[in-house]
Amino acid sequence: MSGHESTYVPKTGVEKWLDTRLPIVRFGADYLSLPTPKNLNYWYTFGAILTICLVTQIATGIFLAMHYQPNTAMAFASVERIMRDVNGGWLIRYVHANGASMFFVAVYIHMLRGLYYGSYKAPREMIWILGCVIFFLMISTAFLGYVLPWGQMSYWGAEVITNLIGAIPMIGEPVLIWLRGGPAIDNATLNRFFSLHYLLPFVIFGVVVLHLWALHTAGQNNPVGILIPKEREAKDTIPFHPYYTVKDGFALLVFLMMFAVFVFFMPNALGHADNYIPANPLQTPAHIVPEWYMLPFYAILRAIPDKFGGVVAMFGSIGVLFILPWLDTSKVRSMRYRPTMKIFFLIFVVVGLILGWCGGQLPDAQVVPGMPSFTLIDGQLNSYLWLTRLATLYYFAFFFVIMPFVGLKETPLKIPASISEPVLSGPLAMSGAVPADAEKKG
Amino acid sequence: MAESVVTNEHPEGDATRRDFIHIAAGAAAVGAGVMMVWPLVNSMNPAADTLALSTVEFDTSKVAEGMQIVITWQGKPVFVRNRTAAELTRVIADNDASDLKERQTDQERTKVGHEPMLIVIGSCTHLGCIPTFGSGDYGGWFCPCHGSHYDASGRIRKGPAPKNLVVPNYEFTAGSTIRIG
Amino acid sequence: MSAKKVTMDIRKLALSVAALAVVGAASPALAEGGAHHPRSGGFTFDGPFGTFDQGQLQRGYKVYREVCAACHSMDLMHFRNLGEKGGPFYDPHAENPAANRFVRALAAEIEVGDIDTETGEAIMRPATPADKFPNPYPNRTAAAAANGGAAPPDLSVMAKARHGGADYIYSLLSGYAAAPAGLRITATQHYNPYMAGDMTPFWDGDPEQVPAGGFIAMPAPLANGQVTYDDGTEATVDQMSKDVAAFIAWSSDPRATERKQSGMGVLAFLAIFAGITYASYRRIWKGVAH
Repeated sequence: MSGHESTYVPKTGVEKWLDTRLPIVRFGADYLSLPTPKNLNYWYTFGAILTICLVTQIATGIFLAMHYQPNTAMAFASVERIMRDVNGGWLIRYVHANGASMFFVAVYIHMLRGLYYGSYKAPREMIWILGCVIFFLMISTAFLGYVLPWGQMSYWGAEVITNLIGAIPMIGEPVLIWLRGGPAIDNATLNRFFSLHYLLPFVIFGVVVLHLWALHTAGQNNPVGILIPKEREAKDTIPFHPYYTVKDGFALLVFLMMFAVFVFFMPNALGHADNYIPANPLQTPAHIVPEWYMLPFYAILRAIPDKFGGVVAMFGSIGVLFILPWLDTSKVRSMRYRPTMKIFFLIFVVVGLILGWCGGQLPDAQVVPGMPSFTLIDGQLNSYLWLTRLATLYYFAFFFVIMPFVGLKETPLKIPASISEPVLSGPLAMSGAVPADAEKKG
Repeated sequence: MAESVVTNEHPEGDATRRDFIHIAAGAAAVGAGVMMVWPLVNSMNPAADTLALSTVEFDTSKVAEGMQIVITWQGKPVFVRNRTAAELTRVIADNDASDLKERQTDQERTKVGHEPMLIVIGSCTHLGCIPTFGSGDYGGWFCPCHGSHYDASGRIRKGPAPKNLVVPNYEFTAGSTIRIG
Repeated sequence: MSAKKVTMDIRKLALSVAALAVVGAASPALAEGGAHHPRSGGFTFDGPFGTFDQGQLQRGYKVYREVCAACHSMDLMHFRNLGEKGGPFYDPHAENPAANRFVRALAAEIEVGDIDTETGEAIMRPATPADKFPNPYPNRTAAAAANGGAAPPDLSVMAKARHGGADYIYSLLSGYAAAPAGLRITATQHYNPYMAGDMTPFWDGDPEQVPAGGFIAMPAPLANGQVTYDDGTEATVDQMSKDVAAFIAWSSDPRATERKQSGMGVLAFLAIFAGITYASYRRIWKGVAH
C-alpha cells in the first residue's frame, strides 16, 4: 500500500551495517510485510504464477542457449541434439516450449482479471500500461523464439509475420529488408532473432520491476474494487507474508501440475507437427497457423480484406489496451457491481475464444458444415471469414462503444463501504454483530 | 498493521502439528527447487554425443623411431612418441634422479613389450600449453609458456609444472594398435 | 477420467480440427475429401504408462535397414543410439552404448564415408557406434533426381512431424490401395487413402464421392516376406509396417519412456506438495475472515 511504513528492525551487527549502506534486506522485508487486501481471490494468484513463468523461461533459456546453434544449417539438428544427447535436455526444451504456452495461459487470465475488477482505473493506470508493454514484449519474444527451431512453421511464420512490416506504405519494403538482413528469411535473420530472443526477456524483467513498483505505489486492487481508507487499513489488510505467499504457493502448485501434464505426457500437443520438418524455403506447408496464443490477433489480421488495414487492425487490437483506462467511463471499478457490463464482459471472453478458434481455421471453410448461406460482399456468410469479422467487430466495439456508453448509462449495484462488509453476509452480520468480532470467524 | 484481523493465540498442543505442516511445506519447496535446478546444472555435463567420441584407436607402427605423431583424443593432443635407444637409456638411468617432482619410473609409464612407445597427453601440467620436443635441458619436452622442462619420459624435471605429463588410459588391442580411453 | 483418455481425447480433438481444416481447404462445397483417419497400430508405447517393445524395435530396425534405408536417410540417428537405454539393442551389461557388442556388430555391417587421416582422401570404412546412419544420397538434389523429383524425406523425427504419429506411418505403409476407377493418376504417382491431399481436381466420377487420400511419390515399399525376422515372426506387410512405425516412433522421441516415467514422479511429488501447502494455507488463514 502507498505510504506503507517500514517495520524492519535490523538485529545483528551485519544487518545494521548493511542497512545504512544498502537497505536491500529492508526492501525485501517491507515487500513481505506489505499490507494486502484480505479479500483477494484465486484470480489474484496469477501475478505470482507469471513471475515463476518468467523465471522458468529465462533459466531454461539460458541453458538451452548453451547448446543451440543459431545457424540455418545446424539449428534444427541442434534442437534435436538437445532432446537426444544433452543430459536432461528433453526436459529443459519441453519446459521452455510448453512454458511459453503456460506463460500466455496465465497472462490472459491475469489480464481478464484486471479487466473484470477494473484494475486499470485510477490510480492504477500505470500498472495496466506497463502490463500492456509486458504483454507486447511477450508476444514479440514468443514469436522470435518460435523461429529458432528452424522448422517449417518457424520459417513460414517468420516469413508471414515479417511481411506485415512490408505493408507499411513507403518505408515498408526497406524496413523489411533491414529487419531480415536480406531479401529473404535466412541465416542473418535467424542470427538476429536469436540475439533479440535472448535480449527481450531481460527487458521484460525490467518492465516487470516497474510494474511491481507501480503496483506498490498505487496499491493492490481487490475484488470489491474500492480503495481501502487509511482508518480501515488495520482491519481490511493483512501482511503479504505468510498469507499470500502460501495462497500464491498453493495456486502455483496446481498450475505446475497442469504444466507438468503437458511437459511429460503431451509435450507436442500445443505445437504443430510441421515444425518437426526442417525449414524448406521452397515449399510452404498446406496450412500455416501461428502458436495458439497468437490466434485471436491473427484472426483479426485476416478479417480485414486490405493488407495494410489488417496490420493496423491487428496492432490496434493490442494498442487499444493501452488507452483502456480512458475509455472506461464508469465510476465503479469492479464488475461485481456492474450487472450490465458483466454480461458484455462475458461475451467479450467468448468472442476472444471464438477469434482464437477462427484464427486456426481456413477463412473460406464453413462454420456449420452443409448449412446453406449466401454471399455477402466477398464471401459466404457461413464461413470463418464472416464469423471472424463479426467477432472482430465486437472486439473493437467492446472498447470503443460498449465501455464508454455502458459506463455512463448503467446503474451500478450498491457498493460496500469497506471490503469487510460483503464478508459479513452470514447470520452474525444480519443480527447486527460488531464487525470486528465477526471478522475473527473463519 | 494487521494485528486486529489475525488471531495470534493458538490452543496448546496444536502448535506442533501446525509447525510440522509449515516445515513440511517449506522442505518440499526446497526439494522442488533442487529438482528444478539439478537438470539445468546437469545439462552442462558432457552430452551423449561427446561421450561417444571418448575412445580413439591408432596404429602406432605408423610412428618411425625418433618421431612423434600427435593425435586428438577428447579434443586434446596426445603425443605418440617412438623413442630412440639413446633416449630410452637416458630416461631409465634417470629413474632415480633426485630432481623428479613426481617419482615414477619410465617402465611405469609404458606398456611391457612396447617400451619405446610413450603415449602422453600433450598438455603441460602447469597451465595447459603444449610443450615442444627437442628443446629443454633434459632431452625431452619444454613448455614455452612458463619454462617447464620434461625429460623424454614426459616427467617434470624443472620449472613450475607440478606433475609429469599425464599418461592416458590405453591398451594395445591388436599388435601395434592402441585404444585410448 | 484417466490421463490416457485425456491424452487420446485431446489428440482426437486436434485431429478433428486438422481434418476439418483439410476439409475446408479441399472443397468448401463438399463434405468429402481429406485423408482417412489413421488406424491404430495398437502400440505398446501408447498412453502415459506405455513403453517400447524391444523385440518390435529390433524388427523395426531390420525393416528400416533392409528396406527404407535404400532411399530414406535418418540423419539424426547414430549407431550408438541403438544401444541406449530403451533402445532396440540396449544391453544392461554393456559399459556404455558405444561398447555394446550388438551395436558394434550392427555398425560394422555398414560402410560409411570418411577422410583418411594420412592421405586426406575420401575412403569408405566400417562404421563405429559413434557414426551417424549414412545418408543414401550425397545431397538433397541427388535424392530428388534419383526419385522422380521427390526427395524421400528424412525419417529421424517422422513420427513427430506428422499428425497421427506412429499410427499414421503404420496406416500409410499398410494402406496402399488400387486407385479407384475415375481417378486420373500419372505414372510417377501412387494412390494412398491415408496420404494428405485433395483428389477433387483429378476425379472424374461423382463429385459427391471424391475418394479420400492423396498422391504419394513412393510406391508401396513392402511386400509379404520381404524381410526375414530373426525371432521367427511372420513378416506380413501389416507386421512390418507396424514394426517400422514403432522403430520410427522410438527414433523420433528416444526419451519418451524416461519422460513419462519421470512425469509420474513429478506429478506425485507436486500433488503431495500441493496437499501440504493447502493444509498450511488453511492453518495460516484460520483466523482471518475473508
